[in-house]
Amino acid sequence: MTAPTPVTLLTGFLGAGKTTLLARLLAWPALRDTAVLINEFGEVGLDHLLVAPLVGEVALLRGGCVCCSIRGDLKAALVDLHDRRRRGLVPPFRRVVLETTGLADPGPAVATLVADPMLRHAFAPGAVVTVVDAVNGARTLDTSAEAVRQVAAADRLVLSKTDLAPADAAAALVARLAGLNPLASCLPLTLADVPEAALLTDDPRTRAAEAARWLCAAVPDAPHGAVRAVLIESGPVDWTRFGLWLGMLLNRHGDRILRLKGLVAVAGVATPVVVQGVQHLIHPPRHLDAWPDGAARTRLMLIARDVDPALLRRSYAAFTGLPGAGTGAPAAGAGAGLPAPAGAPPGAASADR
Amino acid sequence: MCGLCGAFGAPAHWSDGIGARRPPQAERQARAALANRVLGLYGLRLSGWADRYTLAGRTGRTAVVDHLGGLWPAAERLSGRLCDPLDPDTIAAVEATGALAAPEAPAPGGAREGT
Repeated sequence: MTAPTPVTLLTGFLGAGKTTLLARLLAWPALRDTAVLINEFGEVGLDHLLVAPLVGEVALLRGGCVCCSIRGDLKAALVDLHDRRRRGLVPPFRRVVLETTGLADPGPAVATLVADPMLRHAFAPGAVVTVVDAVNGARTLDTSAEAVRQVAAADRLVLSKTDLAPADAAAALVARLAGLNPLASCLPLTLADVPEAALLTDDPRTRAAEAARWLCAAVPDAPHGAVRAVLIESGPVDWTRFGLWLGMLLNRHGDRILRLKGLVAVAGVATPVVVQGVQHLIHPPRHLDAWPDGAARTRLMLIARDVDPALLRRSYAAFTGLPGAGTGAPAAGAGAGLPAPAGAPPGAASADR
Repeated sequence: MCGLCGAFGAPAHWSDGIGARRPPQAERQARAALANRVLGLYGLRLSGWADRYTLAGRTGRTAVVDHLGGLWPAAERLSGRLCDPLDPDTIAAVEATGALAAPEAPAPGGAREGT
């Protein structure tokens, strides 16, 4: 059975430069085996790359990539693409890049990939790449909840048009983006820069490095309006307790959890488990081969709107039986003395700070 | 598919499979027993049934739950209450009883496996 094809989400507000970025990236030989999903032909700037129409909503791009228009239904477009590949009607591809509309909340697209029983065997959610315009980005974040969601959901941020923005404004925007989403890398680009192909790929060899960056990510002190990053840290956790708590939390507050990402130390399991999700959805958890910094500790970052960090940590502590702690006000329930779950190694709570 | 109850295999949930140290049925039983410590706050009880769960309220209303992802929406429907882990009263109740910290032991008659 072949591995599911990763689907990278390329998102960003209207005019941020998504298509310009995509057109430049598709020139890399390393991205030739890419299928691109766009909303409509003719609306975007890929037309100059079109080589020949195939059938229906599918066209060939220069360099060998396949380009498909979605026409409103992402699931149908992906099923159609998968079917064409299986029947040999399109060149084989190893990844899909989905360019969302500028106004799109990435959550539903991720939900489609994670939850749809037909799709999840053929496709897997890849990185979320969000393009932010250095000239207009700050104003857009002030006025658009969707833009905030796009930034919060990102694994990789691209700051476009940095040569057109004053240096201090670009620096202030970078700081603001880091405050809103401390987990994402941020790549500044000028009109002349050609970004690396790795921006759109999901290489298993880089996962440990990405996880190491999460572990080191600084947690901003100040919220971004009602949105703030909340860090929960603890020792090894019982997986069933963790699953019950997180499932209950996302059921009731998933619309306010814009992004969740972390390494979980599972009691009785030697290797770290990567957990990440967008809003109500959790990606299938993955094991890493080893702890990036050698120490087994749970470190969970949530980017949430209108959530009290102290209450969140207290809830984590109560449900997992471990004191939960992190940057910001101490959890009211932390240290209340709930015993660690059976099977947790000694010192399970000692990583808390 | 189970030949007696006619239930197809339940789809997987993200919480399945990690850290499992027991056979699937025993794992499901242990999960149900643990979930019941919270569900008891809402007058509900979860039991293993085939490769799924059934959730029952005090009035006898029941719902079939494929996996733990479907647990909390069903719990809210059956109990008519919001199951909110950020509700201070809920947190205090879990803290007071140490509900999720005590050793796991299925209650008599609870968390039975079906066919």
